[in-house]
Amino acid sequence: MCQPIRLSPPLSDEDIENLRIGDRALITGAIYTARDAAHGRLISSLREGRELPIDLEGQVIYYVGPTPARPGQIIGTAGPTTSSRMDPYAPKLLALGLKGMIGKGKRSQEVKEALKKYKAIYFAPLGGAAAPVLISKTIKKCKVVAYEDLGTEAIHEFEVEDFPVIVVNDIYGGDLYEEGRRKYQILKSS
Amino acid sequence: MREIEAGKITDVISYLCKEANFSLPDDVLSAIKTAKLREESPMGKEVLSLILENAQVAEREKIPLCQDTGCVIVFLELGQEVIIKGDIYRVIDEGVRRGYEEGYLRKSMVKDTCFSRENTGDNTPAIVHMEIVPGDALKIIVMPKGSGSENMSRLSMLKPAEGVEGIIDFVVETVEIAGPNSCPPLIVGVGIGGSFEMAAYLAKKALLRKVQGKNPSIEVANLERELLERINHLGIGPQGFGGRITALAVHVETFPTHMASLPVAVNLNCYAARRKGAIL
Repeated sequence: MCQPIRLSPPLSDEDIENLRIGDRALITGAIYTARDAAHGRLISSLREGRELPIDLEGQVIYYVGPTPARPGQIIGTAGPTTSSRMDPYAPKLLALGLKGMIGKGKRSQEVKEALKKYKAIYFAPLGGAAAPVLISKTIKKCKVVAYEDLGTEAIHEFEVEDFPVIVVNDIYGGDLYEEGRRKYQILKSS
Repeated sequence: MREIEAGKITDVISYLCKEANFSLPDDVLSAIKTAKLREESPMGKEVLSLILENAQVAEREKIPLCQDTGCVIVFLELGQEVIIKGDIYRVIDEGVRRGYEEGYLRKSMVKDTCFSRENTGDNTPAIVHMEIVPGDALKIIVMPKGSGSENMSRLSMLKPAEGVEGIIDFVVETVEIAGPNSCPPLIVGVGIGGSFEMAAYLAKKALLRKVQGKNPSIEVANLERELLERINHLGIGPQGFGGRITALAVHVETFPTHMASLPVAVNLNCYAARRKGAIL
């Protein structure tokens, strides 16, 4: 197994060009959380010509709604949610400079095309959603930066250290889910 | 007749909500361990190891093993010789409210589904299924059901002429469409027959069965085996990264139906197939 690639947002075009499906990376630095309701609000803001509460240039969004932290802890459990629900919104955010998305599950053709067009990457946490508790341990700080009233769906800034991810869709049209499946499917003999 | 204080039910529901979210049932853990031995894909094996490690840490530290602590589905088997003193639905919701607060569990329920979708703030209401059975006991099972797998579930009113082949194709297609979205390895609950709503209820109830269990009818058990084999031929694998183990088990429950009908419901459950029960 190759050494994981180290990434620190903001990500550059060069960072993105170097990534291929199946590559493992460790992210250190600030990433933002956003899921259904937060995406809805971001897109409404754009539609109404208002400024977004965060600057997306070079940033990474993690699709997550964490559980509340116990007293003395930074965060509860914080695994990825299904990305396809964010598909209708993603191309607009990629056009604004978003460079990475972390979630689980397949992306639409439109999102895959937008990844190529705007040079961005779709990651899943290492192991997909298999280890949400272990992922939470890489989150060192957590603060709400927008839409506090949305509770778990508010936009949080996570300070992460060695957050382990794997590249699912790259800018060269690769798809790890499709490739993985192709290797193991047994086709019905006719 | 035996009387059960409604407040006792609140305590039990609150306890079950917490415990169910912190640990996986033994039969699910053991199925994942077996799957790890059988999985050929290196990435699939790694995913299964991570699932086991994650479950261990969650149980030890009393933190939810998945951030989607679900919608609370409660199955009650109420003995017909039992009298509940109080409003059973109200005390169940009180148990959910308390359990989710005390356990630092995520509240995911939103009210006004079509419009504001504002969070109810306490993960209520629970979805309650009650069956009246002989005897003087009350059996309670709490199933926190995440939406990653729930959202990929489907129901179809097949034509009787489509028969067993039609059933198999629909179930396998449902898992194929779900792909990585529903967090495989899955437990697949299938409800066949009855009516539109009965098929869906049977599919959900099928998820309560222990993973190693089989339907008592040999024909249905054979169908379960064939479905599992066909699903595992898809190659989706653990978390969809490719592999031999897409599902740990397929559980089929059946019910008689109208001569013109063949309802089939498929309720998917992710590897985090949580359930915890108690008998009062």
